[in-house]
Amino acid sequence: MAEPLEQKNEAEAQGAPAELPEAPPPGYFEGESMTRRKVFTIASQGIGGLAGLAVVLPAVGFAVAPLFHRGKERWESVGSTGDFNSQTYRQVVFTIVPGIGDTGKTTAYVRRGSKDLGEKADEFVAISTRCAHLGCPVRFVQAAGNFICPCHGGVYDFQGKRIGGPPVRPLDHFQTRVRGGQVELGPRYSVTNQLQPVQARDPGEFTGGIWNYLYPPRPSTFPAP
Amino acid sequence: MGIRDSIVPAPLRKPGKPGANGKGNGAAPADLRDPDVERRPAGEPLHEAAGKDLVGWVDQRTGATGFLTGMLFRKVPKGTNWFYTLGSATLFAFIIQAITGVFLAMFYTPSTTQAYGSVTHLTNDVFLGEFVRGMHKWGASVMMILIFVHMARTYFFGAYKYPREINWVIGVVLLILTMVMGLTGYLLPFDQRSFWATIVANNITGTGPVVGPYLADFLRAGPEIGATTLSRFYALHMLAIPGLIIGLIGAHLYLVVKLGTTAPPWVRAEKPKPATPVVQLAAGSNGSGNGAAPRR
Repeated sequence: MAEPLEQKNEAEAQGAPAELPEAPPPGYFEGESMTRRKVFTIASQGIGGLAGLAVVLPAVGFAVAPLFHRGKERWESVGSTGDFNSQTYRQVVFTIVPGIGDTGKTTAYVRRGSKDLGEKADEFVAISTRCAHLGCPVRFVQAAGNFICPCHGGVYDFQGKRIGGPPVRPLDHFQTRVRGGQVELGPRYSVTNQLQPVQARDPGEFTGGIWNYLYPPRPSTFPAP
Repeated sequence: MGIRDSIVPAPLRKPGKPGANGKGNGAAPADLRDPDVERRPAGEPLHEAAGKDLVGWVDQRTGATGFLTGMLFRKVPKGTNWFYTLGSATLFAFIIQAITGVFLAMFYTPSTTQAYGSVTHLTNDVFLGEFVRGMHKWGASVMMILIFVHMARTYFFGAYKYPREINWVIGVVLLILTMVMGLTGYLLPFDQRSFWATIVANNITGTGPVVGPYLADFLRAGPEIGATTLSRFYALHMLAIPGLIIGLIGAHLYLVVKLGTTAPPWVRAEKPKPATPVVQLAAGSNGSGNGAAPRR
């Protein structure tokens, strides 16, 4: 093991000249803390990085901006108060995203509030057809008094509470109000299993308790009533 | 000179086999190693000679043929078989998607009110439109199948092992990007199936805890499918993802050429030739006894 070390010492002893002190690079001056090359390297990389950010940041902001944009609150009349009763739902179609034709329309089931269910008789309930599982359109089946989803078999009771299948929460609601004898539907909101209103969540997201933090409300949606 | 030699320009000609021309190392033919020898008679100026041989002219300025011959005539292990063409087949499927996609884009309108109409117009009225759209539609499935068979070949032949791990990772990223292509392309016909399938896919994205809701908003460009959702998917489908895929295919191919391919697992490695005796190494000719190999 000691042999190679010995050899090295021999080579030094044979008069290999000790290394000269390194010559200063061109442009060196007394007291310089950084070589010219290093200054230019850092400067060009820094300026290049700034230029890159100036291009990338606006582009990213452009792509991400819709997350923080809340559209104008829309209210749309769907019929006069006399059109709805508390025993069954009436299907209405209205626009939630204006300016894009049929794509911006959605369906809701509307009824008058029922005292039997602990609701006020002068209020209106509007249930979204968007299934709380993955967003397929549910339909109200009169004979069963249930909402049924065609995609994966989600079933909801008369109030929109889940009673079967994969959905994770009750059906969403739309805010309602009466203006000039007309029932108007407004922004969407989600509900907990106890029908407590919360800010709108996407389908598949649980509501209530800790779930309100695991699936945080998005800035693009309206606050719950 | 055979007929092949007169058709294929010297710079692109395949190097000789090992042992050919009495050389044992498979060196390139003389005209390949030094193109000027054959092409330019003594005394003829370079700029006059160059005009007679376009490939040679370009090659002198770019060195491209060295790269091409190196890539096209690289050595492959014994036992290389048809399974090794699956990667090229996938690449071919991608090229078909790119070409047909360009022509589809000439007729497509990414607008919620006009997309479906433009697709039906393209399919029913445009000359060969149904054929081109069919190639794009079925080619997408073919590409997915080929990727998975290619991946299975790599797995079962053990071709993902050292030193090719990075190429496996790149391949997996390419697989995911191809799936993103499938997802974003599915919405574009904008019929009922596309629409609801995209809603379901989007809501699955939203079920990821904490970041899911924001990801879904990002994909949709808002809380509901809106005016810019379709154009967002269109831009991802025809610009962003293909760009990434092309770049990664380049890296994938570079590593394939650089590292070479593996032999099938049933081909045994050849036994190495007997090495120089160890004794000779130990007793160096300089007598230092430090294990240095003797100079010859």
